Amino acid sequence: MKFGVIRFPGTCDDVDALLAAQRVGEAEILWHRDRDLKGVDAVVIPGGFSYGDYLRTGAIARFAPVMESVIEFAHAGGLVLGICNGFQILCEAGLLPGALLINDNLRFVFRQVLLDVADHDTPFTRNCPPTLSIPVKHTTGRYYAPEPVQVVLRYAPGQNPNGSQDDIAGVVNNAGNVFGLMPHPEHAVDALTGSDDGLTIFESIRAAVSERVPVA
Amino acid sequence: MTDTDTQPRHRELGLTDHEYALILDGLGRTPTDVELAMLSLMWSEHCAYKHSKKLLRRLPTEGAHVLVGPGENAGAVDAGDGLAVAFKVESHNHPSAVEPFQGAATGVGGILRDIFAVGARPIAVLDSLRFGEPASSQRSRYLLEHAVAGIGHYGNSIGVPTVGGEIYFEQSYEQNCLVNAMAVGLAPHDRLTSAAAAGPGNLVLLFGARTGRDGIGGASVLASAELSGGTGGDGGDHAKRPTVQIGDPFAEKKLMECSLELLDRELLASLQDLGAAGLTSAASEMASKGGVGLDIDVSRVPLREADMEPFEIMVSESQERMLCVVEPRLLDQVTAVCERWEVQAAVIGEVTASRHFRILRGSELVGEIPVELLVDDCPLYDLAPERPTTTLYGGGDQRVATDADPATQLKALLASANIASRLPVYEQYDPVVQSRTVRRPGEADAAVLALPVLSASSGAGGEPIPGIAVAIDGNGRRVAVDPRAGAAEVVYECAANLACVGAEPLGLTNCLNFGNPEKPHVAWQLVEAVEGLAQACRDLDVPVVGGNVSLYNESPEGPILPTPVIGMVGRLPDVRHAGRLGFANPGDRIALVGDFNPRRDGSEIAKLHGSAPAGALPGKDVVALRSAHQRVREGVRTRAFTSAHDIAEGGLLVALAECCIAGGVGAIVTLPDGLDPFGEDLGTAFIVSGPTEALAGLRVIGAVGGRELNVEGLLKLPVSELSAIHGDGLAALVS
Repeated sequence: MKFGVIRFPGTCDDVDALLAAQRVGEAEILWHRDRDLKGVDAVVIPGGFSYGDYLRTGAIARFAPVMESVIEFAHAGGLVLGICNGFQILCEAGLLPGALLINDNLRFVFRQVLLDVADHDTPFTRNCPPTLSIPVKHTTGRYYAPEPVQVVLRYAPGQNPNGSQDDIAGVVNNAGNVFGLMPHPEHAVDALTGSDDGLTIFESIRAAVSERVPVA
Repeated sequence: MTDTDTQPRHRELGLTDHEYALILDGLGRTPTDVELAMLSLMWSEHCAYKHSKKLLRRLPTEGAHVLVGPGENAGAVDAGDGLAVAFKVESHNHPSAVEPFQGAATGVGGILRDIFAVGARPIAVLDSLRFGEPASSQRSRYLLEHAVAGIGHYGNSIGVPTVGGEIYFEQSYEQNCLVNAMAVGLAPHDRLTSAAAAGPGNLVLLFGARTGRDGIGGASVLASAELSGGTGGDGGDHAKRPTVQIGDPFAEKKLMECSLELLDRELLASLQDLGAAGLTSAASEMASKGGVGLDIDVSRVPLREADMEPFEIMVSESQERMLCVVEPRLLDQVTAVCERWEVQAAVIGEVTASRHFRILRGSELVGEIPVELLVDDCPLYDLAPERPTTTLYGGGDQRVATDADPATQLKALLASANIASRLPVYEQYDPVVQSRTVRRPGEADAAVLALPVLSASSGAGGEPIPGIAVAIDGNGRRVAVDPRAGAAEVVYECAANLACVGAEPLGLTNCLNFGNPEKPHVAWQLVEAVEGLAQACRDLDVPVVGGNVSLYNESPEGPILPTPVIGMVGRLPDVRHAGRLGFANPGDRIALVGDFNPRRDGSEIAKLHGSAPAGALPGKDVVALRSAHQRVREGVRTRAFTSAHDIAEGGLLVALAECCIAGGVGAIVTLPDGLDPFGEDLGTAFIVSGPTEALAGLRVIGAVGGRELNVEGLLKLPVSELSAIHGDGLAALVS
């Protein structure tokens, strides 16, 4: 299978996501100005500060040409993983419910956190163990949604780094094919760098794709 | 300065009458406005190193691993496998004292540009910070909070991990905080690029941000004069805030990717960043290194404000700009890469054979200066060092009684701002982006980065995964006690940090933060410290590949503590065996490695007792020191040791407590007879743990296990209590 990792100006974790994806399949970078998704089976919108996070995190990136194709891809059932800034972009694009607000202590936070997998019945978490050790790093990661949402990951008790509603760390859309999370699974793919728990998310995607009819 | 109206212009710009006479002589006429502005900056302390250049020649700069020594934007060493590691530390002290967030942020931005200007991709940032006493000074807490936020803002946003650093708090930094930033980059040997302009007829291209009025005179006004103190109201340093540049990490991210792609495609003849003194410094140094001249047309420089004067354009320190030399036939390709990254680029001039730097506004010539006059002819001054007869720095408040029991003293040390956990600070930095970080802050005494890109097959079949270790260190308190021995100790300690992860030093960079060198006692500190650095470099066979000098760190209360900061890069053969600082295995023995001769002068316990930094530092047996470093390195590399930690500030008990806290496990220890549990002797000795057989021949002092730190006859404290005290010390001040 092939992952496409989107690069906007200001994206920082694109190479990390590419390397993580390449541990389970093929992967290539998709340029923000291109509309062609090059036949990838899953799209990763990585972390960073797309367009400098000016105006509001993710607010400008959602208008990038590549996002038009990502929205079409998602509506057709394609798998989309948004990590950190990618999660923020998916919320801004209306592909996921809710919004990310500035952390309750108003500061950037880096922390290795424990996550409880609240829903294993998704294409993104089917191969995950019950808990994951994955780092978070963000200033704007406090999830808020006025309506009930499909929660996939929660910060384990006492681990919530940003004050997010109901300890929510990651959610999927109603169709279950678009997943956004604040923690960075691409930074937990090798025990040498701290943890390899995040790899199970990429492995889940590969397993899910191998069972699906490809999206046209 | 009260009589600026009557001052001659050159004095307002920081030039002495003697220097101005040399300029008149060199030009053979009176300089124009733009010429005088350019000369005043290039002849400032910050650009010309006029009070330190002669002294810096005493530092050893050659070694087996050196690829690029001092002189380029950053030095570089050979890390093996055809890879070069470029690195440099630089100060941004005065801007940070005036506007901490932007000062610190642009400090990071500036040092990153130095790294990618030599063709290396930045892979790590470290920082060294000094502030006044946070418990009593609201200003110091403000500076700390905003400087840390500024560093994080820039490093986190641009995607370069902040992997290490250090912070100390002393009264003498109350008005002059120090913000030193170090960056490390990686490049194949053949990608290393020079700033030397070449090829008359080639085009000079300015790319990146537009040029505005920000930062005008930063190098001369801020970096080369004492601060007056005072932050509020209309006067004092508050009024200097407009001289501080504003950073935009998003612009620099695009600029960095664009620059690296231009170099990847071999489209540039040379590359240079714009830092202090802006276009003036960047262009004249390119011309000087290349032995050529340049014509620059200011009317072709993209501006933020339409009505800027030529001198403003030439000296603006607007951030996120680069200058390069391009062969005319490659211009279209260069422009295409810039467009792809949405980076503005403009041809602003060309290389000439004249050895003159000519400034034009359209067809009008507004300035013409021989390159040599600008770059090389600034007079260099000899210092007039004089050893002070009395100590320059007072003691502080007494925080713990000298006769308090050892448990109370240990707890006071662990809670003190200088020793408490740095977690509240480094939690604000991203240490993992770029997927190389094998040891993060808090896990070991130095950061460890893998050199090859890690993949599923890394280390397959037992193949080693080579890496580098980086650390940054400084200790003004001890340098104040004895500038020569104290400066040497900083080098030893930095190397000791590297040894604890199994790394051998390749080279170092330094930032010399001192007071006003025109004052004899400061000159003495500076001369002695440089001698100490040079000696320690020779002792350990570590060359200096670059650095920076920050002088005039004085306020009406006096000079800062003399603060040489050392950043060191080392290599380790296999990052899978990188050391950790925490005890881990109950039953492991604990050994003291090294010839440890602790004294209290200049120590943290002496500070808590209210003593001034005075007395004498321990002498060092360099042969024993080298052998201890070697022993620790080997024990770590062979995985014989479970943990390794150097005995640094606070002394032996603090080091033991740190090993327990990091590992979440206790220890039972018997101290050698007569050993001062709180004295310090930095860089010489280590606490290691491992199985009994791994510690053969070493001085075993105890064993890992239980939930308490139990030091026979001295104290018995739960690790949970030590951990809480250590964790809260700084957290209470920054929250």
